[in-house]
Amino acid sequence: MAHHDESSADSGPQAIADLPRDKVARFDAALPEILKRYPPDHQEAAMLAALRRAQEIFGWLSPGAQKLVADRLGAPVTRAEEVATFYVMYHTRPVGRHVVEVCTNVSCSLGGGYDLFEDLKKKLGVDNGETTKDGRITLRQVECLGSCGTAPVILVDEEMHESLTPQSVERILGALL
Amino acid sequence: MSDTLILTKRWPKNDPSLAGYKADGGYRSLEKALGMPPAAIVDEVKASNLRGRGGAGFSTGLKWTFLPKDVRPRYLCINADESEPGTFKDRYICEYDPHMLVEGIAITCFALDIHLAYIYIRGEFAKQARALETCIEEAYAAGLIGPKLGGKADFKLDVHVVRGAGAYICGEESALMESVEGKKGYPRFKPPFPAIVGLWGKPTIINNVETLANIPWILENGGAAFAALGAGKTGGTRLFGVSGNVKRPGVYEKPAGYNLKKLIMEDCGGTVSGRPVKAVIPGGSSSPVLRGDEIDVSLEPDAIKSAGTMSGSGGVIVMDDSVCMVRALARIAMFYAEESCGQCTPCRQGTPWMWKILEKIERGEGTMKDLALIEQLPGNIMGQTICALGDAAAMPVQSFVKKFRNEFVEHIEGHGCKHGETAWGVSRGSREALVGGNRQPVR
Ligand SMILES: Cc1cc2nc3c(=O)[nH]c(=O)nc-3n(C[C@H](O)[C@H](O)[C@H](O)COP(=O)(O)O)c2cc1C
Ligand code: SF4
Ligand code: FES
Repeated sequence: MAHHDESSADSGPQAIADLPRDKVARFDAALPEILKRYPPDHQEAAMLAALRRAQEIFGWLSPGAQKLVADRLGAPVTRAEEVATFYVMYHTRPVGRHVVEVCTNVSCSLGGGYDLFEDLKKKLGVDNGETTKDGRITLRQVECLGSCGTAPVILVDEEMHESLTPQSVERILGALL
Repeated sequence: MSDTLILTKRWPKNDPSLAGYKADGGYRSLEKALGMPPAAIVDEVKASNLRGRGGAGFSTGLKWTFLPKDVRPRYLCINADESEPGTFKDRYICEYDPHMLVEGIAITCFALDIHLAYIYIRGEFAKQARALETCIEEAYAAGLIGPKLGGKADFKLDVHVVRGAGAYICGEESALMESVEGKKGYPRFKPPFPAIVGLWGKPTIINNVETLANIPWILENGGAAFAALGAGKTGGTRLFGVSGNVKRPGVYEKPAGYNLKKLIMEDCGGTVSGRPVKAVIPGGSSSPVLRGDEIDVSLEPDAIKSAGTMSGSGGVIVMDDSVCMVRALARIAMFYAEESCGQCTPCRQGTPWMWKILEKIERGEGTMKDLALIEQLPGNIMGQTICALGDAAAMPVQSFVKKFRNEFVEHIEGHGCKHGETAWGVSRGSREALVGGNRQPVR
């Protein structure tokens, strides 16, 4: 899915050597816990979980971070790239300090999800997929979050907030620094 | 009709921990199962008429018998992807009673001689993934799973949680296996079916969360008792998630043959606006839409088929007469266009095309030629693709245009949507005001 953003992957770390050493060490320390869930002859299966962990540590999946994950799993770099770009929860471009994702699928929009998304775009002065100038919030429209009975629903940094009202959204976003 | 509750009886406030589950009689079915010949467990599940709750409604017992006799290892994948728009039931099993699922998994693995199981949960369910992790840790610590299943049998079972990362297609069983293998979610050609060639090329059973959560009850009470709760060839109760313009949205556990109109008008209290129901999507966004005057039907999969639709994943979306059907359908079409994996040409090209035409009609720029095209396109996709996402994208388009054709024509002739700013209906955002913010996720 498209990320419409001016900031680009070219500006980030391109090689493993460009990544901060301490963060690489944290990633390496986290890896055994992830790998032990898979049979010894299928360690590449850890790709999704390893990319997730890398994103948590480095903030986004720069080319350097993708290379690191591929290297540690003994997989070709193209495998990491392919997976990183296929799934919408991976950020292959830099994002703001917080990511706010609004469900605009049918059940949510029947409960105000579409209006909420339009209001937030205006309020934050960004379009879908863009980051506020101060780097505080990246706003995205997302698909059904499996919580349609408590519409409208948003994710803030991957945590779900349900049964929202304009007031509660204001409160939640206000708490993001 | 019986009021027996199987899946929700401990929701939502009872203690989801192992201690809480055991205090309410949990893990007794596993103990019972471990004393039975595995084939007898499969027979019990066959007799229960349990059918898959993930959407397709395939007989669970029958699926289990497809495993080739002498190929090992075999794997179990539990589908907690729950991404079909309108569906929100499995998440509550994971949150409120995860041990019921784990007990179901343990019994299933014992019955099928499986020693490794993966619960594949959509990436957006962070809280639910944590609940499952905690539950599995407890089960390991108590020796219920791990080197000795149920604490005694000479049977090893490992259960792991695998988190997705945002892709509807990974709910499709073969894409799910690709994703568990750490790849992008490209569905595989079938046959061979997963029971023959599945995860890492080995025989694999894939079942939905709700499907397997029923197994402990079936073992405890018998297949026949489960079958008797349902209707026709579908045993048991089902979780129906009702959303949209109803007064009391939420998850309702009802006998499999429950009446759709009763569910909406009585259990959910009708529309929040008090206006008539215009349209109901009865089983997730890919099921063909029903008009408000067509909803007096049983939700049992075979029965609702005669009404030209399906109860699929149990996700019921209700729209009152203030909602624009072109707006709603265009949004559904956008979903499939965004989620197509792009492997097959009819799906990769057809889904965005349908979406673009529908947006054009909604904007008032459509022509009668566009309408003819939108009536023709679904037929070019259906049956022409690797996986069922193609059909899933085509069915809503076909049914909305057929049942609400006048609205599409009105948009074309009137050069726009008469609803303007309120295309999503008058109730949007106003439910709090109407019911005082007293919403519960679960009934
Ligand atoms: C595009 C697509 C998406 C699907 N999404 C889900 C899902 O989110 N959850 C699920 O349980 N089944 C989903 N299914 C159905 C699965 O392929 C499969 O039939 C099901 O997991 C089998 O389990 P069951 O027999 O217990 O229902 C999906 C199917 C398709 C074609
Ligand atoms: S039908 Fe669509 S989603 Fe399914 S494999 Fe083909 S392109 Fe992918
Ligand atoms: S439509 Fe928003 S969570 Fe399902």
